[in-house]
Amino acid sequence: MIKVEQLAKRYADVFAVDHISFEVNQGEILGLLGPNGAGKTTTMRILTCYMPATSGTATVAGYDVFRDSISVRKQIGYLPENVPLYPEMRVKEYLTFRAKLKKVPHRERKLKIDECIEKCRIKEVQNQIIGTLSKGYRQRVGLADTLVHDPKILILDEPTIGLDPNQIRQVRQLIKELGEKHTILLSTHILPEVEMLCGRVIIINKGKIVAMDTPSNLESQLKSGSNIVLEVRGNGEKIKNALSSIKGVKKVVWHDKGEVNNFAVEAEKGMDIREDIFSNIVKNNGVIREMKQIAVTLEEIFHQITTQEQEVMT
Amino acid sequence: MTSTGTIFQREINAYFLSPIAYVIIAVFMVFSGYFFSVMLGLTQEATLRYSLAYTQFILSILTPVITMRLFAEENKTGTIEPLMTAPVTDFAVVFGKFLSAWALYNIMIAPTAFYIIFLAWVGSPDYGAIISSYIGLILMGGLFVAIGLLVSAATKNQIVAAVIGIVALLILLVIGLASTGNEGWFYSCLSYLGTYDHWDTFTKGLIDTRDVVYYSSFTALLIFVAVRIVESRRWR
Ligand SMILES: Nc1ncnc2c1ncn2[C@@H]1O[C@H](COP(=O)(O)OP(=O)(O)OP(=O)(O)O)[C@@H](O)[C@H]1O
Ligand SMILES: [Mg+2]
Repeated sequence: MIKVEQLAKRYADVFAVDHISFEVNQGEILGLLGPNGAGKTTTMRILTCYMPATSGTATVAGYDVFRDSISVRKQIGYLPENVPLYPEMRVKEYLTFRAKLKKVPHRERKLKIDECIEKCRIKEVQNQIIGTLSKGYRQRVGLADTLVHDPKILILDEPTIGLDPNQIRQVRQLIKELGEKHTILLSTHILPEVEMLCGRVIIINKGKIVAMDTPSNLESQLKSGSNIVLEVRGNGEKIKNALSSIKGVKKVVWHDKGEVNNFAVEAEKGMDIREDIFSNIVKNNGVIREMKQIAVTLEEIFHQITTQEQEVMT
Repeated sequence: MTSTGTIFQREINAYFLSPIAYVIIAVFMVFSGYFFSVMLGLTQEATLRYSLAYTQFILSILTPVITMRLFAEENKTGTIEPLMTAPVTDFAVVFGKFLSAWALYNIMIAPTAFYIIFLAWVGSPDYGAIISSYIGLILMGGLFVAIGLLVSAATKNQIVAAVIGIVALLILLVIGLASTGNEGWFYSCLSYLGTYDHWDTFTKGLIDTRDVVYYSSFTALLIFVAVRIVESRRWR
């Protein structure tokens, strides 16, 4: 549905988007994940024909964003970052204006608007002045606007930013429901959001794609080894040496707390050394009070990728 | 054309939902009423001609205040983004906004019709001159609005848009005034460019095609440039 090839956008002498290529398939929810200034908004603005790319091509639903701008715009519902709305208008009035602008036929207009109001749960504020709405409602009015002409593709720029935890959950639920009928490209810097919503994720940093895969694949590929945390009673020195001698152990960190010792053991990728740890400690007369495996989360991957700039293109 | 209508409707509503329309209309009525009564008292003639000469000055100041928000406000608040990513042409947006501001301008000058009733009561005015004056006033308004619109499209600051618009209109007024009565090709060029002479003809009761062409072609040109400015964001 969306095809991006070697897309680049340059401001002065820096590339905000640096020759990226990706595709969004029909019916999928693709997450664009990246820290501040990564180029997410810029990418979306190019795809929605708000601004041109410096070089490269992008097609949306088969139309070129540069040459066929109006056709592209008919196919997409776009929720810009921070959801700009006209503060003096009433919610329903605004949606009517947007529906007219997006050429929803007169006959269907009322029905479509009511449908969107229903879906986005803004019925109770439909006659309120937009300027007096809370952030969460503004967000949902923005979402209702993206849906009003029943577009094939939704492009949502940080749809849950600035909401309280309950609202975040509701909006995510809504996006999930929308994902059943629409192809969605969304951007965020919240990791659990990507894990929850997206079939596929693109991690972007400084305008470049650094990773692109399903959230679970990313986790398993990037596990730089599992970490095991231990609390052991016994001779710390002896146990530390025993742990270090286990095959597959990369690093052992020891905190001596007198009676009780804390260890953090880092193992190599894909090795399960928990049983070896157990038997080695027992052999050295240690008593295991606690053993915990720390799973690598997307959070850590994100942190690793965006701070160390490892190239992990797949 | 339907998008133009949609934009027009929203802009007109926006004007009357904010205090701006009422304030502008009130200010205009105060000043035009003042000049009308003063000139009537001075000349003792049942005509709008003299008071309208001053009215042009007020309009040069008030029209950019009408137009300043058209694009500058949307550029500032970011609503330009959903607007321009909807399937509408740049021309439809620009023209819809132009028509709405022009409509407000005409609403603003409409109450001056009371002066005509007053004139008819105290004397016998030349209705031909009055009608041609109004045609001139409306055409001139189109040009003023187009200038303000163009300036607004180029900035995100409403105050800047108003100030530059006012300066531009006053320059047009001054070059027209200053060159009137002077000989030579230089002055005739200036007086053709300036708004004053064209306008003066209308108030005398004459509708000259040259003046109509001046206002309408100048307006069309400026709208065209404004469309280009809006469109330029999409240029590579
Ligand atoms: N109009 C502009 N002029 C110059 N530089 C710009 C402009 N707009 C964006 N940039 C730069 O482009 C880069 C990418 O910005 P962009 O807004 O796309 O980031 P983002 O991923 O959306 O970030 P965030 O998570 O903060 O929204 C940033 O370094 C930003 O400073
Ligand atoms: Mg952004």
